Amino acid sequence: MTPLPLRRGLPLVAACFLAMLAAVLAAPFLGSTPIALGRVFDRGIPFADNVDAQIFFIARLPRAAAAALVGGTLAAAGVVFQGLLRNPLATPYTLGVSAGASLGAMVAITFNLMLPLGGVAPASLLGALLAVMVVYGLSTVRHRGFSTTVLLLAGVTLNAFFSALILFVQFIGDFAQTYRALRWLMGDLDVADYTPILTALPLVAAAFAVFAWLARPLNLLSMGADAAATRGIDVGRAERLAFFGASLATGAAVSVGGPIGFIGIIVPHLVRLLVGSDHRLVLPASTFFGAAFLVACDAVARIVLAPIELPVGIVTAVIGGPFFLWLLVRKR
Amino acid sequence: MKAILCLVACVAIGPHVIAPYVIAPYVARDFSPASFQAPRRPQRIVSLVPAVTEMLFAMGAGDQVVGVSSYDRHPPEARTRTRLGALVDPDVERMLALKPDLAVVYGTQSDLISRLERAGVPMFSYEHAGLPDITATIRRLGARVGRADEAGRLASRIERDIEAIGSRVGGRLRPRTALIIGREPGALRGIYASAGLGFLHDMLETAGGEDAFADVGRQNLQVSIEVLLARAPDVILEMHPPEAWTPERIARERTLWRALPALPAVRNDRVYILADDVVLVPGPRVAQGIRLIAETLHPAAFRAGGRTP
Repeated sequence: MTPLPLRRGLPLVAACFLAMLAAVLAAPFLGSTPIALGRVFDRGIPFADNVDAQIFFIARLPRAAAAALVGGTLAAAGVVFQGLLRNPLATPYTLGVSAGASLGAMVAITFNLMLPLGGVAPASLLGALLAVMVVYGLSTVRHRGFSTTVLLLAGVTLNAFFSALILFVQFIGDFAQTYRALRWLMGDLDVADYTPILTALPLVAAAFAVFAWLARPLNLLSMGADAAATRGIDVGRAERLAFFGASLATGAAVSVGGPIGFIGIIVPHLVRLLVGSDHRLVLPASTFFGAAFLVACDAVARIVLAPIELPVGIVTAVIGGPFFLWLLVRKR
Repeated sequence: MKAILCLVACVAIGPHVIAPYVIAPYVARDFSPASFQAPRRPQRIVSLVPAVTEMLFAMGAGDQVVGVSSYDRHPPEARTRTRLGALVDPDVERMLALKPDLAVVYGTQSDLISRLERAGVPMFSYEHAGLPDITATIRRLGARVGRADEAGRLASRIERDIEAIGSRVGGRLRPRTALIIGREPGALRGIYASAGLGFLHDMLETAGGEDAFADVGRQNLQVSIEVLLARAPDVILEMHPPEAWTPERIARERTLWRALPALPAVRNDRVYILADDVVLVPGPRVAQGIRLIAETLHPAAFRAGGRTP
């Protein structure tokens, strides 16, 4: 894994971008229902009567967009968390953000919360924000500044604590609610409209602005905090930004599609195998590849058992689990 | 890792938690330990299945019932009995303390069944299935609790009522209906529909509707927006337990469907939300449930003078 020179890596980033573009453009043409393309784009038929166009524009296009957004965000957040915690096994869910998001969703489902902007998604976003604040508070309270070791411990502990609360909330609910809550945890990208995507977009956009700035600091941080500090990096600030950027992006992504597993770990590692470890290449390539990967997994989930739909989290887990294990064995 | 654990958990407990409205082939068998001679008319019945509790009360065996599940709401008298937990959390200790001479259990409660077996408690095991199984269960249960005549009359009355509804709506155009039994609050996400098996499907077809998912050989399925658009139901019928569904909420949730104007049901303003447990409990009120669905699908058939199609 010798880092490629930046210039030689760029074609690979471009290839990942094209893969994402191809996936997003192709996905709306695939599905359980055959649709007539001529009718989809026929302006002569009123939209309200045009089932083919509605399937294309209401059922499939937002869904492909949601998959791309969630996949790209989780993959990029995975890269940042692995760099921040200097741990190759870190995932976007390591620090309890997804557990917070899940708790919010479980509460909304079990107690039938009606929030503006539609049901469960905003509740899970609030849960994620809560988790981020608690973890950050814990990691700064005992230390002046910000310790990634405490961050990791606090995050993992909070993860376990929130998981216990999730079980408690599910226990309170009745059978049907509990089943729906479990189903939410398997991930679902059938967003029905653009509202959840638009709600998540500002956070995701802000996070990616931070990620763009973070690429160089993360490169230096990978040599260790002290080495980075001697090269003129404000380590505390870079770590804080990495934490908030990646956590908020994760929370936003989970609010759209549920805690879909493995994207945040397998995509960054696959991409590193291709382009090396320079974050200026790994971050954009992971983002594009993660988007393409999740769009493809969702297409599989939609088609393979149609009209019954496989939860997309199962597809990513079936592909991701064995890969993750291979990675573990390979490292030793 | 957590994702894997969650998935394992889902696979392991999914079928149990969704049991009240879904799953599994029909069994209603009566098994008692061979060594145990059950009394002819059990006097201390405990029932963990709300539908069966209703059956017991409806056949006049309410006085013999001493314990019910935590979800029993009907008839009101049942609420006065000791609560014993439910499908996934039966309280065995409290059950045994009642010294039951018959326990009604759900067929998937294998742990509970083996413990009651060891304690020598006779059992009546039950699982939800199709519409004909409801009256069959009533007759079998009646024989088991010494109320065979009353149970037979009750079952025949239900069958007559169902037949009468069937003849009212017979010959009418059967609207293609999507029977929605759950979704996320406030959004058209995580939509579950009744599919081609089970009492909900049977109730819908008896009430003069054509099940939009009749070809799916399961009790329910999660439907994506795409599948819903492709099936183009003429009627959308959401059925929910009454507790959380206030009239204001029903009005608000109905408007969500406007996001899918291509659905004939939306275009023709035929989206209905029924928040009533008569349509969800496969017990002695099932004919009322079918009538409620039939009146919703075919209002003309139930207006005065609407006898002929």
